Amino acid sequence: MDSFSPEIWQSLGLTIELASVTTVILLIIGTPLAWWLARSKSLWTEAVAMIIALPLVLPPTVLGFYLLALLGPRPVGVLASLWGGRTLAFTFAGLVVGSVLSALPLVVQPIRNAFAAVGDRPLEIAATLRASPLYAFFTVAVPLALPGIMRAAVLGFAHTIGTFGVVVMIGGNIPGRTKVLSAFLFDFVQVSRWREASWLAGGMAMFAVSVVLTLTLIDKYSRRRST
Amino acid sequence: MRTATPGRIEIAFSGGITSFPVDTHLSVPAKGVAAIFGPPGCGKTAVARCIAGLERLPTGFCAIDGEVWQDETTFRPPHLRPIGYVSQEASLFPHLSVRRNLLYGAPKPKPRPIAFDEVIELLDLATLLDRSPSHLSSGERQRVAIGRALLSQPRLLVMDEPLGALDSCAKREILPFVGRLPEKLALPMIYIGHDMAEIERFADYLVMMERGMVTAAGPLHVLQSDPALPIATSREAAISLDAVVSGYDARYGLLILRLKGARLLVPAPPLAPGVHQRLRISACDVSVAREAPRAGSILNVFPARIRACLPLGAAEITLVLALGTGGSGAEILARITRFSFDSLGLKAGIDVFAQLKQVSLLSASEPPLQTIAASTPTAEPGQASAAA
Repeated sequence: MDSFSPEIWQSLGLTIELASVTTVILLIIGTPLAWWLARSKSLWTEAVAMIIALPLVLPPTVLGFYLLALLGPRPVGVLASLWGGRTLAFTFAGLVVGSVLSALPLVVQPIRNAFAAVGDRPLEIAATLRASPLYAFFTVAVPLALPGIMRAAVLGFAHTIGTFGVVVMIGGNIPGRTKVLSAFLFDFVQVSRWREASWLAGGMAMFAVSVVLTLTLIDKYSRRRST
Repeated sequence: MRTATPGRIEIAFSGGITSFPVDTHLSVPAKGVAAIFGPPGCGKTAVARCIAGLERLPTGFCAIDGEVWQDETTFRPPHLRPIGYVSQEASLFPHLSVRRNLLYGAPKPKPRPIAFDEVIELLDLATLLDRSPSHLSSGERQRVAIGRALLSQPRLLVMDEPLGALDSCAKREILPFVGRLPEKLALPMIYIGHDMAEIERFADYLVMMERGMVTAAGPLHVLQSDPALPIATSREAAISLDAVVSGYDARYGLLILRLKGARLLVPAPPLAPGVHQRLRISACDVSVAREAPRAGSILNVFPARIRACLPLGAAEITLVLALGTGGSGAEILARITRFSFDSLGLKAGIDVFAQLKQVSLLSASEPPLQTIAASTPTAEPGQASAAA
């Protein structure tokens, strides 16, 4: 363990920070988006769902490449100029944008399914009890879909912890600023530091096991509640 | 542009929500219980959903007691309609306790004029309050659903087959509670059902529907004895009448009830004079005689005039009788055999004597729930039967 440089702890902190910020943003964007996808009868829903699902099949480096182009300096980087002219490439904010986009399908799908499973009925009943659509959303739809939302949050968090391709493309692997754990692992292997690499890989594997366990517990909890 | 009439519930919906076009126009008093009766799948639920605003038909009209909820230019979304809506499934919120379910739609400072404690007592919910909906029986769930609707302080209560999803045991348990609502609350109700036995108990006004259309509408007892309608000639034909208590014979335990054209004696517990009491007189409990019986055990014998004779199958005939000399009183039904009909020489317009073997008192003072559960399954709760 002593062979780990302080940088790795810095990287661990950075990774957790990135995953936490990303998860919060994912839930803020993903929940209303999933709600719209589950409830709207518009033809646009399927088109939007397809675009959101794209990062699942796109090589992460390809997604990273396009994001780098869009977030980088002008003339190509349109997004950064909207932000205030500065480039977002190789910054923490850029990393957040990249990980949000790549985890979005993993978060939206379970929430969408959970909202669809709630169905019209509880919301109609809430409406006949004077609940405005917004009030019914927060007091009926969200609580009933909570297991799905929790599952989505765990998935989004875990995915971001392990993200690599997008992050390396946008973040540029700058120690202390954009160098996350998976990038560290890659570096260890590059320089043949197998001992450190196996510790790191083992730790991340343990984390993955705990994530799967958490998801199982959420399922169990929601099943017990619904009976 | 239609205008709303105070004191009426006016509804006009046409369009296709169901597999067939609905074309329902009705106007019922905004007072008491109006029942919408029809076979399953005749569009009753569609009408209820339109009233609640859950379904929107572009040309619909809906006005409750002078207040327009929907017309050509207005459409109030469901949450802005002061409605209490109870459907077949209780649809309680599974993530909230019974108490929080009940208070979900209640105005925040203090539920008035329908108070929390009053609803708890009316529906006997006190022991359920801190439970989770998943631990309730189907009958209990439906009681909570009714309480929840009442506490949202509606100006109209719509009940769409509230007993439809219940088994007969749960139905028996909850019927007295539903029957008590119109007595205790000054709230207009629309009760949707396909079971005449439920409707007879508490409806004042009846609307009959078939395939999305209203086929008949009027006060319940008028339609029950209308020779042109199928309910008068059904096997379970009966008349529901509201009588006034005029006295009590304590020596023999007989309640004296006044009806238009008759004075009834019914063995029953005493009631205060002047109280209105719903009676049910079944067609099969009424027989007729050409002459006044001299000596018999039947207490309630009245002169009556035959209004109509309706054949029922090959062997029986249902008579529509108007009580009172000259037939000026309330109408009841009598079922007799065709053999008796011919041998007595009966026909429409002649005077006979109606003999009421049994008169049932409905609703008034229900026995408490415990005795219902303990009673034999064949006994109808809240229905004191009087055989003479």
